Amino acid sequence: MTNSVPEFSEHTRCFLITGSNTTEAHPLVASHVMKAKERGAKVIVVDPRRVQIAQLADLYLQPRPGTDVAWLNGLMYVIVTEELADQEFIEKRTEGFEEMWRVVQQYPPERVEEITGIPADDLRAAARMYAQNKPAAVLYTMGITQHTTGVDNVKCIANLAMLTGNLGIPGGGVNPLRGQNNVQGACDMGGLPNVYPAYQPVTSPEAKAKFEAAWGVEGLSDRVGLTVVEMVHAAGEGRLRALYVMGENPLLSDPDIQHARECLEKLDFLVVQDIFPTETTELAHVVLPGAAFAEKDGTFTATDRRIQRVRKAVDPPGQAKADWEILCRLGQRLGAPGFDFASPEEIMAEITRVAPSYGGVTYERLDREGSLQWPVPAVDHPGTPYLHKEKFTRGLGRFHAIEFHEAAELPDEEYPFILTTGRIMFQYHTGTMTRRSPKLEQEAPEPYVEMHPDDAARIGLDGIRRVRVVSRRGAIEVAVRLTERIRPGVVFIPFHYAEAAANILTHAALDPVAKIPELKVCAVRVEPVP
Amino acid sequence: MDYRNILTICPYCGTGCGLYLQLLDGEIVGVLPAKEHPVSQGKLCIKGWNAAAFLRHPDRLKVPLIREGDRFREASWDEALGLVAERLLHIRDTYGPDAVGFLVSARCTNEENYLAQKLARAVFKTNNVDHCARL
Ligand code: SF4
Repeated sequence: MTNSVPEFSEHTRCFLITGSNTTEAHPLVASHVMKAKERGAKVIVVDPRRVQIAQLADLYLQPRPGTDVAWLNGLMYVIVTEELADQEFIEKRTEGFEEMWRVVQQYPPERVEEITGIPADDLRAAARMYAQNKPAAVLYTMGITQHTTGVDNVKCIANLAMLTGNLGIPGGGVNPLRGQNNVQGACDMGGLPNVYPAYQPVTSPEAKAKFEAAWGVEGLSDRVGLTVVEMVHAAGEGRLRALYVMGENPLLSDPDIQHARECLEKLDFLVVQDIFPTETTELAHVVLPGAAFAEKDGTFTATDRRIQRVRKAVDPPGQAKADWEILCRLGQRLGAPGFDFASPEEIMAEITRVAPSYGGVTYERLDREGSLQWPVPAVDHPGTPYLHKEKFTRGLGRFHAIEFHEAAELPDEEYPFILTTGRIMFQYHTGTMTRRSPKLEQEAPEPYVEMHPDDAARIGLDGIRRVRVVSRRGAIEVAVRLTERIRPGVVFIPFHYAEAAANILTHAALDPVAKIPELKVCAVRVEPVP
Repeated sequence: MDYRNILTICPYCGTGCGLYLQLLDGEIVGVLPAKEHPVSQGKLCIKGWNAAAFLRHPDRLKVPLIREGDRFREASWDEALGLVAERLLHIRDTYGPDAVGFLVSARCTNEENYLAQKLARAVFKTNNVDHCARL
């Protein structure tokens, strides 16, 4: 996030919430939005499902899934033609406006209506509301990124924020809400194939030299590695022979699960370190018992770049060990230097030496100050609640000219519905933890598909409560829930459930840059189960 | 009777709400929201209130396991880690560094993610490091 969650209730005057079921997936972020609403802030929700937060919205737009670039360009068209853009910000702090405008001027609201189904006047109203109530914050999640055009969608959101001068001010910004508690930290720590900790590129000779010196090794690879989905494919082709999985369950979260399973079965060696048996541990050659959050010390980094302490309350069960201890012991077994840490605090001390944005973090400061938001480059630096204050990291902010492209798989006669997937309030990710928490499981024990009553009538469901949902990759049987909150032609399945995994249906078409699979759009048909 | 509150962070979504684990004689008996937390300000959602509910579930993995045919057998840490080290090195030496991959975790700590990518890069000389969070 460029900004901080507490700024929402304090400063924000308009929210544009898209592809985020905020009240269910991030309830305590939603409560800041509601507080802002109480003091008169405007709320615009753009989502193919009329999610709960849409009920308190001043404006709700329901696009066809996979058309985000079109409506985002449409908003910018209106803002520019009605002279609502922030000229001063554009002149002083950005470049590339002309190129961007050459593309955006081809998206008048009437054309956007044809592509997205959003009425032209609603789009105009949304553009005015967003541009005239500053500071305005955009909030989004996977609903924006899990597309073949995911990176384009995010660039369009950045364009919109720059166009209206909503970057570098409290309460504004571009704010992805992270679904899992330490996604932000896993990325910051270099848990990505193209960067070392603090986003230093593996292809940079300076970064390579720096880490070789810091780690006392030679010959670090300067080739960008494989992403999750690519690793799974490489396993299927015999290029990847061994995989070490720490605390993840790719067999439920990956697209096209059946294929992923066949690929992982080909590995010569699979190690899985986790706290519960999962679909993935079933295939492992070695399973190592790790520790849960309450059983170890360390830090997590929340979605607003907030570094916070996790504290050990109890020992892990049986012989299970904290994951950092397992990794230290394995490093030592491998004969590697630099794995003899006695505590997470010692590991953090090394992190602060190699990751400039974490440079000023100490456990003592975290105990005293509660949390620190990066960049926090030195021990006397207070941290950074919002980014891009006087300038962007690269100097001038760059507008990107982005054309709309259709999703990789569109509905047709044989598969007439668009399937989109997502999270619900009571379950979390692949359910490893929530489905073993009695109160949570009791609230939402069963997978289902959401469908508009008109669609149900059209395919002759007529009171039938179970359906088969079929895609080109597989089929699952689930209960059907009729609701008017979903767009006709679209069906929704939460992805937490192994017994009817939505990801049997989804496909692995990837965004060409971020390599994120298009989990939010694929074509299915729905058949009654008599 | 020994009663303490341990301040920590909710393990679920990325909001990162603050909570206390209530500890009675070394056992977690409940969860309390942290009033002073800048984001959650004394509130939690139903997932946060239930953050400790799965910790003592009987399914928890408690012992290292090694596959034998279709089944797993229990092993010591020494044996399990010895096998992991030997097999990974063998595969790296036979097929090259990029035949090995690592998935780190959005559920583990920063310190653990740092160590896991260091293991991949410094020991195995591969950048095949990723996590499942884009999914
Ligand atoms: S309490 Fe709820 S909103 Fe807060 S971090 Fe946990 S899951 Fe997220």
